Amino acid sequence: MNISTAEKETSNMNERFTVGLVVANRYGVLNRIAGLYNKRGYNIDSLSVGETEDPSYSRMTIVSSGDRQVRTQMVRQLNKLYDVKTAALFEGEGTIAVEHLLIKLKKYGGHGDDPSALVGQYGGKIVETGEDFLVADVTGIPEQVQEFIEKCKSIGIFELCRSGTLALSSGSYNIFDAK
Amino acid sequence: MVLTGAQILVEELIRHGTDTVFGYPGGTVLDIYDALYVSRKRIKHVTTAHEQGAVHAADGFARVTGRPGVVISTSGPGATNLVTGIANAYLDSVPLVAVTGNVAAPLLGKDSFQEVDIVGVTQPIVKHNFIVHDVRKLADTVREAFALAASDRKGPVLVDIPKNIQRDECEYEAGESRCQDEVDVDGRTVQMSANGRTDAGGQEGQAGTNGRMPKAGAVACHSENLQGKNELPCIDRALEAIRSCERPYIYCGGGVVSAGAENEVLALSKKLSAPIGLSMMGLTAIPESYELNLGMSGMHGKYAATLTQSKADLMIAAGVRFSDRATGDIAEYTKNCTVIHIDIDEAELGKNIPEIIELCGDAKQILRTLTDSIQEKWNEEWVKKILMYKAADNAGENAERFSPANIIRTVRKFSKDDTVVATDVGQHQMWVMQHYGFTKPRTLLTSGGLGAMGYGLGASIGGCLASGRNRTVLFTGDGSFGMNLTELATAVSQGLPLTVVLLNNGTLGMVRQWQGFFYSERYSCTTLERKTDFVALAKAFGADGCRVDSLAELEAVLDGNLPEGGPFVLDCRIDIDEKVFPMIPPGGSVKDIMIGA
Repeated sequence: MNISTAEKETSNMNERFTVGLVVANRYGVLNRIAGLYNKRGYNIDSLSVGETEDPSYSRMTIVSSGDRQVRTQMVRQLNKLYDVKTAALFEGEGTIAVEHLLIKLKKYGGHGDDPSALVGQYGGKIVETGEDFLVADVTGIPEQVQEFIEKCKSIGIFELCRSGTLALSSGSYNIFDAK
Repeated sequence: MVLTGAQILVEELIRHGTDTVFGYPGGTVLDIYDALYVSRKRIKHVTTAHEQGAVHAADGFARVTGRPGVVISTSGPGATNLVTGIANAYLDSVPLVAVTGNVAAPLLGKDSFQEVDIVGVTQPIVKHNFIVHDVRKLADTVREAFALAASDRKGPVLVDIPKNIQRDECEYEAGESRCQDEVDVDGRTVQMSANGRTDAGGQEGQAGTNGRMPKAGAVACHSENLQGKNELPCIDRALEAIRSCERPYIYCGGGVVSAGAENEVLALSKKLSAPIGLSMMGLTAIPESYELNLGMSGMHGKYAATLTQSKADLMIAAGVRFSDRATGDIAEYTKNCTVIHIDIDEAELGKNIPEIIELCGDAKQILRTLTDSIQEKWNEEWVKKILMYKAADNAGENAERFSPANIIRTVRKFSKDDTVVATDVGQHQMWVMQHYGFTKPRTLLTSGGLGAMGYGLGASIGGCLASGRNRTVLFTGDGSFGMNLTELATAVSQGLPLTVVLLNNGTLGMVRQWQGFFYSERYSCTTLERKTDFVALAKAFGADGCRVDSLAELEAVLDGNLPEGGPFVLDCRIDIDEKVFPMIPPGGSVKDIMIGA
């Protein structure tokens, strides 16, 4: 598994940042969260959502861009939403971030090489293979996934699907301890 | 006992102390109106001429009482007609519960007759909204709506009730909700709560009205963290800033009125000899007669307030949100001063002004803590200077001229300290802020954040009813009045003693003023070539009125000659080129202030 820390802290205005959320698992919630980003004029770079071990709640990870003031604002605005149990900024050493990719590649595209080696190099699995294509399942830190996709471009991509960043705080903490 | 959804709603409204609701009947709220009919001795319903009038009335009612106003409308157009009023309440943090009917559940999502996804439409302008899918959850949802509207930073909450839910029956038990933290509107029970907070000083913050638990991940901790780990707690930094300042200035907003912290602001001001500037929403917090009250600050604020703010080395801001109209150029605005910002809404801290000392929590408690923790301060030179600025503000006015300022002062002379005053939006609104001289909190109803022309008449109806039908004043302009004047019908049917002071200049004055200053006097589409006879119009509605062209005429009418049983329209003809001064151009600062023509 390729796991590492994510989101290095910089003062760059457009530096990406990650927000983790625990929200009520009911319809309309995604709309309210996305609507808040829209209303405040912030772009969502990636968003992932899924049920937690308690089906009453969903866990979301949203990657966005902005400076410190934007980050603080977004977390505070999110925490005001009725359906948000907690929203926390994930940054620096205390964060584990991964992304999941499904990609359908041409088998003998580009330079004519079989892409299996490349998939293996990035720790991926081949989950389906056909005469002229294969489907790879790759998980890694978002930057590595991006790097892998860049390399696949010369091979030939039929289609791909990314999960968006998934993030947890490292150590034995949970999101409610996130500081 | 077994009740229908409509009956449960009415029971819950009454249980929350609602004695008056505003609204307009329609197809999807027939059951609610039937239940209101049955309970008409326990709860009064005011039918307005338009749903917008109803929601503004509920807003006015809430501003006077401090309790959530309630408005009911039917689905579709009835619901969309509420939108301006809900946005208005949202931007001014007014507690409001809006109840909309919707088509029966099987018809939802089918583009049925008068179906609108009002939950979707109002999402960005409410604290929260609910659609009820199960009659058994209705009582708890209404309870939660009231609690949310009235807790922390107040605001509007909408409850959308499909018609079948109003007709469905279930066992209803009055009294406390089973569990205030549990709301289940969509088939799952979820523990949720409004933000109960602890303030940055580590004191116990004001929890929600039901004593609900704070959200997970104490918000104040985030705040501390986001500011950096090595800094002193905010309260200590605030106290240090106060101790070391020489020229303190207090900036007081609507949050102070909402928190009932007026006396705490006064106490701090007296202890520090700190002058007070007020935002429009905070204008009634401090009596005009208080020596260090400088009046409204901001774009059309008093000269003394602007000048004092620019010279201060410390600004203690309580319950304000530093809107662009209040600050102008942010960098210039805070150039010379440290800012301590007190607000119950953490997201307001650092939103518009980045470098501040943040104190998140109940203004009353935080102000008390600050006042109790500091020594008295007296800066003779500072106070002298301020009083000089103040004197300059009040100089050079011809007391005889039939000017907006003199009209407003004359109306004030015949009003009581607790008279509720509503305004519409535009020049007349600013003149009222500058010249009326408010004395008591919750006596001003004005559209601050949204700036919604047409707000005033509905609000004055709600305000008048909330005041126990005491004489209520509406200052309006011919532009604003034209927007929702059909509510005169409501004021007549309710027999409300409204004094409508119409500052009639035949133009959209504020826009004209900007066109004059910034668009080379190209008065595009603002001169109203209307021939409306407002006196005849008032009479047609069953009200009364007269034209007024001098202060003497105005006094003669106000001096005991107003009808008690209905509205009276004073059509005051003022010059088309009356201007609002001072004015700081948008994005400008004290350096750009325009004092007069």
